Amino acid sequence: MRGMGMLKGMGVTGRTMLRTLFPDGLRKPVPAPSRGAHTVQYPHVKEAPVPRARGVIGLHHDNCTVCMLCARECPDWCIYIEGHKELAPPRRPGGKPRARATIDRFDIDYALCMYCGICVDVCPFDALFWSPEFEYSEPRIADLLHDADRLADWMETVPEFETYEAGASVKQPKLPEPSQHRPPRSAIQ
Amino acid sequence: MIWTLALELAYWQQTAIKLVVVALVIPTAALILGYVFLMKMMSFMQSRLGPMEAGPYGTLQLLADGVKFLQKEDVFPRRADRYVFALAPVVVLVSTFLLFVVLPVGPDAVVSSLDAGLFFALAVASLSVIGILMAGWGSANKYALMGGMRAAGQLIAYELPLVLAAIGVVIQAGTLDLNKIVLAQATGEIFGWGAIGNPYILTQFVGFAIFLVAVQAELTQPPFDMPVAESEIVGGYQVEYTGFRFLFFFMAEFGTAFAFAGIASVLFLGGWYVPGLDPTSGWFNLIGPFVMFIKIMAVSALIFWFRFTFPRLREDQLQKLAWKVLIPLALLNIVVTGVLKVLV
Repeated sequence: MRGMGMLKGMGVTGRTMLRTLFPDGLRKPVPAPSRGAHTVQYPHVKEAPVPRARGVIGLHHDNCTVCMLCARECPDWCIYIEGHKELAPPRRPGGKPRARATIDRFDIDYALCMYCGICVDVCPFDALFWSPEFEYSEPRIADLLHDADRLADWMETVPEFETYEAGASVKQPKLPEPSQHRPPRSAIQ
Repeated sequence: MIWTLALELAYWQQTAIKLVVVALVIPTAALILGYVFLMKMMSFMQSRLGPMEAGPYGTLQLLADGVKFLQKEDVFPRRADRYVFALAPVVVLVSTFLLFVVLPVGPDAVVSSLDAGLFFALAVASLSVIGILMAGWGSANKYALMGGMRAAGQLIAYELPLVLAAIGVVIQAGTLDLNKIVLAQATGEIFGWGAIGNPYILTQFVGFAIFLVAVQAELTQPPFDMPVAESEIVGGYQVEYTGFRFLFFFMAEFGTAFAFAGIASVLFLGGWYVPGLDPTSGWFNLIGPFVMFIKIMAVSALIFWFRFTFPRLREDQLQKLAWKVLIPLALLNIVVTGVLKVLV
């Protein structure tokens, strides 16, 4: 019957109200809505975001090879990368000096970023990481352009990798098949 | 029965006092209902706290909002019919204002005790539809016009169950005077047992339910808020209103909710009467307002609880509910009440 469903709906809202108003239950009816509510009063109490929240992107300098994949895949074109090659000493005595890419500029414009996370996914060298930090609004919109140093600072807020739940299927990292034409990955670095 | 203050007042002095009281009641009612129900009760029903910053527990939030509204620019759309546009919120507010004229809060504590008080109340309540149509037409906006037309259709459709539900009470009480309806409930007996009088919610519970549903629709509150549906017609007839003119609509909505809750408590809950006391006692002029306030808050809680629980109906469902369910039910209620009145 339709009427019963409507009463049930009013029961749901009524119970939610009582639970919010009296979190200790009706046996001890002391109104304490700030404990009963699911929300927190944000500027006074900081909400703890979930570890995988997409707050801001941190840059792990040493892993970046200036391959530009993130900049090219970014739908908003909000990543600006410049770099140059430097000669590094040879790995073994008598070998050729190695070419090593160095970052000159790595900026992410958070005024443009839409937090899709494609750059993090696409990075082949694990140089970009999500951090749940979200408090970086600025009075000037130009200040939302975070340079390499600021992006490196965000790395401190990146949480430790959480182990998978028991029973979850473990993702295997995709590695290219070793072949004669293509040297194994370890040889590139 | 006549219990007057020690001082005698001239007619113009009485009128001035009554005017000031009614003029203060509407914004106060809007503030109380808006804070207690719209802000706090709805928040708790959604497991959040609502406004907490302005004043202790956000009590001053609506005042802050009101001040904000007053600061805003008084915008007229270029093609608006200026006079109609400017006058519309005032017409709506006047309808609310007139509702309080006949609302009794004590044997003598009433602005004007009319013989046909209930008739007057229901008649002026439907004045607001003129204001809403004016707003819809004067805005020169198609959404506003659609909202106005929807409001007109809805208010006319729900005027009928509202009146028909009240007729059951009128038949039982035998009078249209709101104060006499209160007295009839106070002196009434349930099968010879008169300890709590006879609040008509016990005999007219069908009428009470129909009345509340119709009030909900008259106030254009969810689930009957198609005239101001923000997701379909971006606020309907309110779409072009800013600043204090919008504030007028807001005050009228909540003031009318307060007044209708008052009329419902007079018709069905015994008005200012408390069981066990002598209804002719002059003390009711003093405690009556408080009793009425408690009853009004109880009825409002029901109205707003309904409002915060259900999603918006469709326009055709709304009309179907009024014409196919509520009106036949109300007519049946009248017939049964009339037959029982003659037989018992």
